[in-house]
Amino acid sequence: MTVLNILVLVCLLYVVLLFGVAFGADRAARQGRVRWLRSPVVYTLSLSIYCTAWTFYGAVGFAARSGLEFVTIYLGPTLVMIGWWWTVRRLVRVGRSQRITSIADLISSRYGKSNLLAVLVTVLAVVGTTPYIALQLQSVTLSFAAFAAFAEPGVPTAPLSDMQSTALWVAAGLAVFTILFGTRNLDANERHHGVVMAIAMEAVVKLCALLAVGVFVVWGLAGGVGATLDRIETSEIARFDVSAGRWVGLTMLSAMAFLCLPRMFQVMVVENEDEDHLRTAAWAFPGYLMLMSLFVLPIAAVGLDVMPAGTNPDLFVLTLPLMDGRDGLAILSFLGGFSSATSMVIVAAIALSTMVSNHVVMPIWLHYSGGAAMVSGDVRNVALTARRISIVGVLFLGYVYFRISGGGTALAAMGLIAFVGVAQFLPALMGGLFWRGATRTGALAGLCTGAAVWLYCLFLPSFGPAVFMSETLHEAGPWGIGWLRPYALFGAEGMDPVLHALMWSLLLNVGSFLLGSLLSFPQPLERLQGAQFVNVFDHSDTPGGWSGGMAQSEDLLIMAQRIMGAREAQALFSAAAGRQGVAGYLPEPSPDFLQELERALAGSVGAATAHAMIAQIVGGAAVSVRDLMAVADETAQIMEYSSQLEAKSQELARTARQLRQANEKLTQISVQKDGFLSQISHELRTPMTSIRAFSEILRDTDDLSAEDKHKYAAIIHDETVRLTRLLDDLLDLSVLENGQVDLNVQSGTLEALIDRAVRAAGGETEHFIIHRDREAERVDLSTDLDRLAQVFINLVSNARKYCDADPAVLSIRTAVAEDQLVVDFVDNGGGIPTEMQAMIFEKFSRIGETKAGGAGLGLAICREIMARLGGYVSYLPGQTGPAFRVSLPLSGRMAAQ
Amino acid sequence: MSPERVSVFLARRSYRRRRLADAARLLPLAGGVLFCVPLLWQGAGGGARTVAAMIYVFVLWAVLVVVSGLVSRHLRGGEDEAGGADGGGAKGDGGGME
Repeated sequence: MTVLNILVLVCLLYVVLLFGVAFGADRAARQGRVRWLRSPVVYTLSLSIYCTAWTFYGAVGFAARSGLEFVTIYLGPTLVMIGWWWTVRRLVRVGRSQRITSIADLISSRYGKSNLLAVLVTVLAVVGTTPYIALQLQSVTLSFAAFAAFAEPGVPTAPLSDMQSTALWVAAGLAVFTILFGTRNLDANERHHGVVMAIAMEAVVKLCALLAVGVFVVWGLAGGVGATLDRIETSEIARFDVSAGRWVGLTMLSAMAFLCLPRMFQVMVVENEDEDHLRTAAWAFPGYLMLMSLFVLPIAAVGLDVMPAGTNPDLFVLTLPLMDGRDGLAILSFLGGFSSATSMVIVAAIALSTMVSNHVVMPIWLHYSGGAAMVSGDVRNVALTARRISIVGVLFLGYVYFRISGGGTALAAMGLIAFVGVAQFLPALMGGLFWRGATRTGALAGLCTGAAVWLYCLFLPSFGPAVFMSETLHEAGPWGIGWLRPYALFGAEGMDPVLHALMWSLLLNVGSFLLGSLLSFPQPLERLQGAQFVNVFDHSDTPGGWSGGMAQSEDLLIMAQRIMGAREAQALFSAAAGRQGVAGYLPEPSPDFLQELERALAGSVGAATAHAMIAQIVGGAAVSVRDLMAVADETAQIMEYSSQLEAKSQELARTARQLRQANEKLTQISVQKDGFLSQISHELRTPMTSIRAFSEILRDTDDLSAEDKHKYAAIIHDETVRLTRLLDDLLDLSVLENGQVDLNVQSGTLEALIDRAVRAAGGETEHFIIHRDREAERVDLSTDLDRLAQVFINLVSNARKYCDADPAVLSIRTAVAEDQLVVDFVDNGGGIPTEMQAMIFEKFSRIGETKAGGAGLGLAICREIMARLGGYVSYLPGQTGPAFRVSLPLSGRMAAQ
Repeated sequence: MSPERVSVFLARRSYRRRRLADAARLLPLAGGVLFCVPLLWQGAGGGARTVAAMIYVFVLWAVLVVVSGLVSRHLRGGEDEAGGADGGGAKGDGGGME
């Protein structure tokens, strides 16, 4: 059994192990055991697909040719990951909040979900990645051939057809693996656990392999660290003569490519499970890269020293152990290279197939099937099939490229050329993430210009003269214009071709991007997306763009079922319906729901396609002015709204207070009216009863004595008088209260007026003594004397009636102060309780039982009269007995009538 | 977006955090500059030796890994607000915070 056979066996076993790991991880994920599958360590290891076979084998070759310069390829990604707080964090957050499926999806989503941009990015990515896949196939076949050459020294190099068949087998095997584990589910956001786990394992294998070879070379071949350093010192790469331009330029280029390579984007953003994993990857991934490159220079130096001249330095990693007869180590090394190649190809195929199926196949299919696609046909199957065919297509393209190029040295240079190609995404990507002013036009202009310059200056010439470009074009430029020579654009002669192309393509790319953005005006959807991307940390979830209403929920459900699968779609719809408070599976097509649905669909078919699909059903209207307003001045609107609310609530409180007051007033008035009516009826009823009774006696009794007749008639008469008086009073009060009274102004003295009042009230008797100050009473008055007399009569007769002292003494004191006449009526009676003092001027208020049959209207009338005359009457507390004060302006000012 | 969100004074803890975020931002710049230092050695006479440059680069690399590990360890998630508000500078017309 030869070494070669063992190698084939080990290789097959390794592939079986790979399938087993992927299968086991997928199964564990399905059973919900995802925690250990998704640790930060696995995330960091999955990032290691940056180290492809090109870096596994090629780094040593690179170092053998140009010394330490190889390290720039690792320094760029190191700086990017150490600076994760700047960019990677933002990328991952945007990718998660927008459910991004690929770098093409991200750029298209940022610039208004433009499919044209997505197609452009996809095409460029395919063009840049296909040679890279070819490079991996080449490295596997080359390493296999190297093994064969050592195993069977008789045959110096394996025949070309053998190499090609090896490449075909590898490509086919990778296609099967990728289809099996990469297209298991449609939703790119449902992570490919199996694939990620497998590439994490491959990352460990390739690191171990390289370290093992390094340890073997340093301690086994060279004989210790010091001896190794001496070997480097004496080798042809001992001098550090790196051009500053290449050192800085390649570092920047690898940093840019790290962010823009479709496969890196796939593992870094799309497959990212938890933003927090970045914190670990920030130091662990640079550490991984450092370990990967630690032994590169020693291996290169020892290889240059030990191996015969003319040996391919790219394969030192493999040939050094083989030459020393360490077959086991050589097989391990081979597996490391194999791992690097396969993991890169698998992820690149997944990333590219997602882009191709989402942005090229699906839109075309949707276009040709028209609106009917929503009601018939299975979108889900179409998308999955498109993805599988894309995987096969991408791998086949890689194989074809490998065959056409014939595995020549042109391929080895492909790594950096592809880097420059994908770096063209960077201006649109970073501009979209950090600058709200970036527009679709700018991104298109930048990408087209950059891609064109890259094709012209680097990609097409890399095939060598006379393949795509003629010799004369190289030498003299198109139409003899020397300024347009591919390797010396604008007269920049003598530059390194990669640096030359990098400089011009990026300069022109950024320039067109900025100019296009400044000169164009973004569409509403672009501005909305721009705000969401740039301010992703302020609001990861902002209101969306659909103005629903025309959409039919049922159509949407049918479409969603076809894409996401029936169970997932129904779960999504019923959850949304539940949130809206609707039973069943059909929620209202509110803008919020449409936004959510679009995001969910975007996870399966990409943002642009999801947007187009919903637009077909909803009917185009995408962004309303209101949505833009909401993003632009959300805060201002909320503040305005809340101040409006505040004003409204204050107004409401005021109105409520007024209403309450009015209601209280009405209730009081109603109570007063009720009280008044019952008082009136009571007052009228009492005399009426006696009048009726005595008149009936007079009518029905024949044998009444004259004396009785006279007595009864007198009672009836008295009661009628009382009634008349009551009615007069009521009428009087009503007239006074309504302000309809006519004042009859006369002139006279107060003395005469009081005389008249005392006389009218019954005069002085031995039981009723009045004290007066006639000197003070000589005051001239000019007012309605009759009305004023009425007040005085009332007060005097009240004292006469209600004073319980014997003899009752009434003092009438008069004073003039500040043009105001004040007359006090004070008697020596028992006084009025404090709580009654406020009531005595009200209608029908009487204190205690009536002795003299008053209706309780007297003081009410007094008050009204005095108000008409411009003065007032009030109870005067703190005197020897009940006291009333009448106050009147002397100048005869009357109250307004 | 809204100026009132940026408070002038911070508690000691969040102040430390923000400076830590600043450090995380500065680290790649510092690394980039330091990695270019071997280029300056070429001027000295016969030129620099690859071994010296190699030792310098790998030691610096290891230091960067350790420092990045320390910074990232303390830079816990969920402080986007702090990081966002601290940037202060408005980028673009809407004021991108970072």
